[in-house]
Amino acid sequence: MLLRAATLCACASLVSACAMGPTREDPFEPVNRASYKVHQVIDGRVIKPIAQAYVDYTPKPVQLAVTNFFGNIDDMFSVVNDMLQGKGDKAGNDLGRVITNTGFGVLGLIDIAGSAGIPKGNEDFGQTFGFWGIPQGPYLFIPVFGPTTVRDGSGTLIRAYASPVNFIDDTPTRYILWSLNLVDLRASALQTENLLNQAALDPYTFIRRSYLQRRQYLVYDGKPPPTKEDEE
Amino acid sequence: MTMLRCSRTSSALRRLGVMLLVLVAVPALAQEAPDALVKRVAQEALSIIKSDPKVQAGDQAHIRDLIEAKIAPHFDMDRMTALAAGRAYRQATPEQKKRLADEFKSLLIRTYSNALNQYRDQTLQYEPLRADPNATEVTVRTQVIRPGQTPVSIDYSMEKTPSGWKAYDVIVGGVSLVTNYRDEFTQQVREGGIDGLIKALAAKNAGTAAK
Repeated sequence: MLLRAATLCACASLVSACAMGPTREDPFEPVNRASYKVHQVIDGRVIKPIAQAYVDYTPKPVQLAVTNFFGNIDDMFSVVNDMLQGKGDKAGNDLGRVITNTGFGVLGLIDIAGSAGIPKGNEDFGQTFGFWGIPQGPYLFIPVFGPTTVRDGSGTLIRAYASPVNFIDDTPTRYILWSLNLVDLRASALQTENLLNQAALDPYTFIRRSYLQRRQYLVYDGKPPPTKEDEE
Repeated sequence: MTMLRCSRTSSALRRLGVMLLVLVAVPALAQEAPDALVKRVAQEALSIIKSDPKVQAGDQAHIRDLIEAKIAPHFDMDRMTALAAGRAYRQATPEQKKRLADEFKSLLIRTYSNALNQYRDQTLQYEPLRADPNATEVTVRTQVIRPGQTPVSIDYSMEKTPSGWKAYDVIVGGVSLVTNYRDEFTQQVREGGIDGLIKALAAKNAGTAAK
């Protein structure tokens, strides 16, 4: 119910983002920076230690199985978004992965398709909206969830609402799976985080630029239009 | 007549000789192709990472020295700095430019040594270069293959210089290093001018070195 309200809310803001026209990417920077600080506290005290313990004390094959399980759900959404973008070849490819891994890989725990050389796609609703020409809208930093934009965040909410995990009747199981999903995601970012701390003068700015560049690259399937270089 | 034919033959022969010499000599003189260079340097670096005991023990200073010697010469630091600092760089004095490039280089070397350490168990794949043979700017594409995950692309923007091909940007998964630093540099310059930026970089380098 809560999620539904949030989705509606996000869709409403998506519409208003469309109407806004060209604007700076991060009009809510002061608010976002405050949320980034909140995020760092929550993350540093709770989420990161859990993710680190998970990486340190869970057997590697288990971690891989967890990553594969959620990756398989990602693949299902890739198929949907491939189709929404009219990318038939990619849809076939990703559907092949889902069928193979769900059927023969124990509900996606084993990435059999990957071992067979079928590459993993990664389309999501945010990319579909971008493909349709919807602008990204303001950049947002949400505690716990991290960087997003109005467009991509709306996509994430739709995806969370429609996820197979959400259709599990048993409430504790549902919560455990959502938490595990979050821990898996956070664990995958531990290495990147080390790099970020090493590289960035101001991590907030660095994350923002990395995120926006990465999303632009994904929307254009790895071939973003060239940006103007500010050279001598 | 005979004399003439003779001299003509000999000049033709000589011409052939010169041509042969050129044919033999040119590949030796020609610069290493950019994709071959990236592959060679990356593989050299990987083999050092996998075999050097000091690197495996995580000796950061040693890793940095290696990068300074083996990898840094293949980057055009001045151009990278100019791209990242934009207008501020053009207005800087030669001395400021040099200090900025030096600090930026140290930061990149530290970051790169950290990254190499993390990716040492991954497989690198090199894509064949599709570029005009006369091009002076090319993008060399490589991919990091990770089990169960989408591969990450690592692309190198390269330019032809008299001393061989040099990289002036690295784009990881669509994220350009130079573009990222452009935001960071602009912010620092806005707050404290070019000297503020140099100071921030120096502090960052001193801080991470102490860790």
